[in-house]
Amino acid sequence: MELRKNYFADVRKDDLHEIGQPRPRSDSPGHVTGKTAFFADRNFPGMLHLKMVRSPHHHARIRSIDASEAERHPGVVRVLTAKDVPHNVYTILILIQIGPEDETVLADGKVRWKGEAVVAVLAETERAAQEAVAKVKVDYEVLPAVFDMEEALKPGAPLVNEYHGQNYYLYDSGECRKVRFGDVEAGFAGADHVLEQSYQSSPIEHAPTETTGCLVVPEGNDRFTCYTNTQAMFFTLDNTSIILQMPGSKLHFVGGTVGGGFGGKVDVIVEPIAILGAKLTGRPVCFIYSREEEMQISSPRAAEKIVIKDGVMKDGRIVARKVTGYTDAGAYSRHSPYGAQKGAGHYPGPYTIPNVWIDTYCVYTNRTPSSAMRGFGVTIGDFALEVQMDKLARLIGMDPLEFRFINAYRDGDMKAHRQPTEGAALIECMQEASRAANWPVAEKFMAMTSYVKGA
Amino acid sequence: MAIRRGRGVAAINYPTGMNLGGDPTQALVHSTPTGNFMVTLSSVDLGQGMKQIMAQICAETIGVPTDRVVVDTADTDTGPHCMGTFASRGTHRAGNAVIQAAREARQVMLEVAAEELEVNASDLETDGQGNILVKGAPQKSISIFDVALSAHFKRGRSISGRGMFLIPRSYPEKETGAMKPSTCYAHACTVAEVEVDDETGEVTVLTVKNVFEIGRALNPKMVEQQLVGGSWMGISHALYETTEPYYPNRDHGGTDFNQYLMPGPGDLAETEIIVLERPSADGPYGAKGPGEMCANPQIPAVANAVFDAVGVRIDTLPITPERILRALKAQAAN
Repeated sequence: MELRKNYFADVRKDDLHEIGQPRPRSDSPGHVTGKTAFFADRNFPGMLHLKMVRSPHHHARIRSIDASEAERHPGVVRVLTAKDVPHNVYTILILIQIGPEDETVLADGKVRWKGEAVVAVLAETERAAQEAVAKVKVDYEVLPAVFDMEEALKPGAPLVNEYHGQNYYLYDSGECRKVRFGDVEAGFAGADHVLEQSYQSSPIEHAPTETTGCLVVPEGNDRFTCYTNTQAMFFTLDNTSIILQMPGSKLHFVGGTVGGGFGGKVDVIVEPIAILGAKLTGRPVCFIYSREEEMQISSPRAAEKIVIKDGVMKDGRIVARKVTGYTDAGAYSRHSPYGAQKGAGHYPGPYTIPNVWIDTYCVYTNRTPSSAMRGFGVTIGDFALEVQMDKLARLIGMDPLEFRFINAYRDGDMKAHRQPTEGAALIECMQEASRAANWPVAEKFMAMTSYVKGA
Repeated sequence: MAIRRGRGVAAINYPTGMNLGGDPTQALVHSTPTGNFMVTLSSVDLGQGMKQIMAQICAETIGVPTDRVVVDTADTDTGPHCMGTFASRGTHRAGNAVIQAAREARQVMLEVAAEELEVNASDLETDGQGNILVKGAPQKSISIFDVALSAHFKRGRSISGRGMFLIPRSYPEKETGAMKPSTCYAHACTVAEVEVDDETGEVTVLTVKNVFEIGRALNPKMVEQQLVGGSWMGISHALYETTEPYYPNRDHGGTDFNQYLMPGPGDLAETEIIVLERPSADGPYGAKGPGEMCANPQIPAVANAVFDAVGVRIDTLPITPERILRALKAQAAN
C-alpha cells in the first residue's frame, strides 16, 4: 500500500502522534496463536443444544404440528412452537420506526420460504436434537410460490406476506422510494443518444469464518447472559426484549471478537429463541448455525434488478438518468426496505447530472429473506452504474476514463437528492488511477480538482 | 480459440454511516490510579480491528502512547449504547464519541496537573510520551502517572469523560426525495486487467489497481488489510459467488465451501492499493468509513475488462464461464 500525501496536502495537517502510525493490532498475537476467545469457546455444565425444524416448502399452510414423538426422543428436554413465543410477530427495524411487524420467530399457521423455522427442539446433545427434529411431523398444504420479482409485482401473483398486503414494501412515498430532480423526459428528448440497459445480480452469502450463534446462561439473579457474535449488541438486546416481552434489565449481552460479520450478523435470529429456551428449561442453551444454515438459511445479500436509462451528448455530458431499482427482500423485510431506500440516496452515482428520476422498490418473494451485507443498497448499484458508464463512453466513442472526468461531481455541485456536494475526491482518485495503471488521459483532466484550491 | 486480454475501469463513492443518519454511539473514558486509560464501549470488533483504532484515537486525544489505553467493549452491562458495527460506521461514529469522551477526561487531567504544578491548565500541553509540560517551559513537568495518583488519592477527582455522537436523522421528502443520506463520502477508482479464455469462458484477473480516498488512514497497516480484503471480495462477487446460481430458480444452492464458489489463494490477482486522504469535516481526525466501499469498484471494473477482452457484455452477476460462453455463442450466431 502506498499513501499518496501529495493529494490534498493543502487541506490536511500531518501533525499527529498516534494517528497515522502503523501500530500493531493488540489482538493479532491472539489471533495467530489461537488464543483469542470467541463466543463458542465457552462450555457450561448442562448446556442444551437447539436445532430447528425447517420448512421443506417455499410457501405452505401449516395444517397441524405433531411433536409428540420428538418429545419422547431420548435426550429431548423441550420442544418450542409459535405459541411459546410471547411476541412472535416482529421486525427488527421497528426500533427506528420502520414497520410493520411482518415475520414470525417460529412459523404460525404458514411458512413463506424454504428453510423457515417452524419448531425448535432443545436436547442434551446436538445429535439428539438433530434426530428429534426429524421426528416432528408437520402437515403442510402447499401453496403457489413466486420467485421472480416481476412476477411478484403482477396483479394476481401469490401474496407472499399478509402483513404487507402486497408484494412490495409500502414507503410513505408509495410503492417505491422516489427521487425527482430536473425534468428527465426533457433531458432524454434533447440528448444525442439514449441508452436503456438492465442489470441483474443473484443472492450472495457473507461466508464468515465463524457461523452465526449464541450461548445463553440463566443466572442466579433471574437474569440471562447471552454470549453472542452479533454485530450490534443493544440492537439485538432491545429486539429480544420486545420479542420475549422481557424487561431489558433481565438481559446481559456479551460479545467479543467476531469471526467475520460482513452484515450477516445484524439480524436478530438466534438470540431470542435461545434465551426463551433457557428461560423455559432453566438450562444453558446454545444455538449455533451449521455451515449449511449459514449459507441457505441466514440472510444473503439481496438479488437486485436495476434498469438504467441515460441521455448522453456527443461531447460526453450525461444530461438525464432514470434508474429503477428492485431489491429482492425474500419473504420478510429485515433490513431490505432500508437497503432499497439507501439505493435511492446513492443514485445516480458520483456524477453531476441535471435531470434525474429514481424509483427503488423493495419486493417480496418466497425465498430466504435477504438483509444487510457489506455495501447493500449500493454495491450492485455501482456494478450497474459503472458498466453503464463504460457502455455510454463506447457509444459516443470516448475513452471510458475521460468520460467519467467530464461527469464527475465536484464540491458545490447539487446532487439529485438536493444536497450540495462536499468533500469530493473522485477526480483525484481517477487521476491517480490513470498514473498507476498507465492509462493516460488528456492533460486538462489531470489538471482538474474536486475543490477550489486555497479556498 | 485464444486467451484474450482486456482491462476495465470503475469509479465510485460511498456514504459513511447509516443511511439518513439517526445512528448513535456513546463512549466513556476513565483513568486508572496509575494513569492508564480505559475506553468503554458496546461496539463490536468484527475482526477489522476496531478496538485498536479506538485505542489510537483515545491516545491521540488525551496525549499518551497507544499502549496506555485499554478498550473494553461489547458488553451491555458496562458499555454505553452503540447502534452496531455496520454501514461503515464503526470508526466514524464510535471514533467521534471516543474523542469527545477523551477530551473531557483530558481536561480534568490537565486541571489536576495544573494544581500540582501551580499553573493554569490552559498553559499545559502533553508530550505524547506520558508527560504534561508547561508550554514554553518544558523543564516544568509532571508525569501522567503522578497526575493520576494525585487525582485518585489526593485531590479526589475523577479523570473521566463522556462522549456521544449522533447525526440527526434525515427524513426523505415524499415527492422529490430531498434528503441527507450521509455527511461524508469515501471514493475509489479501480483498474482491473483480465485474461479470458474464449474456449472455456474462464476469467483470470491478472492485476487490480485500486485507488481509495478514505479521509484519513488512522492506522495505515490496518487500512491496508481492510482494503486488500475488500478488493478480493469484490473480485469474488464479480466472478464467483451466489447462493442461487440460477436465480430466480431456487435450486442448486450451495451448502458448503465445496459447492459455494469463492476464489482460492491461487485465484487472487496482483493487488495494488493506493490511498489518498482528504480529511472529512466531521470524521475523527478526518477519517471516513472505507469498510464497505473497498469491495465495490472491482465488480464493474472486472465486468468492463471482460468486455474489453472478448467483446461480450455480461450484465448478470456473477460473471461465470457459462454466461461468457453463452454470450460468445450468441455473438458468433449473429
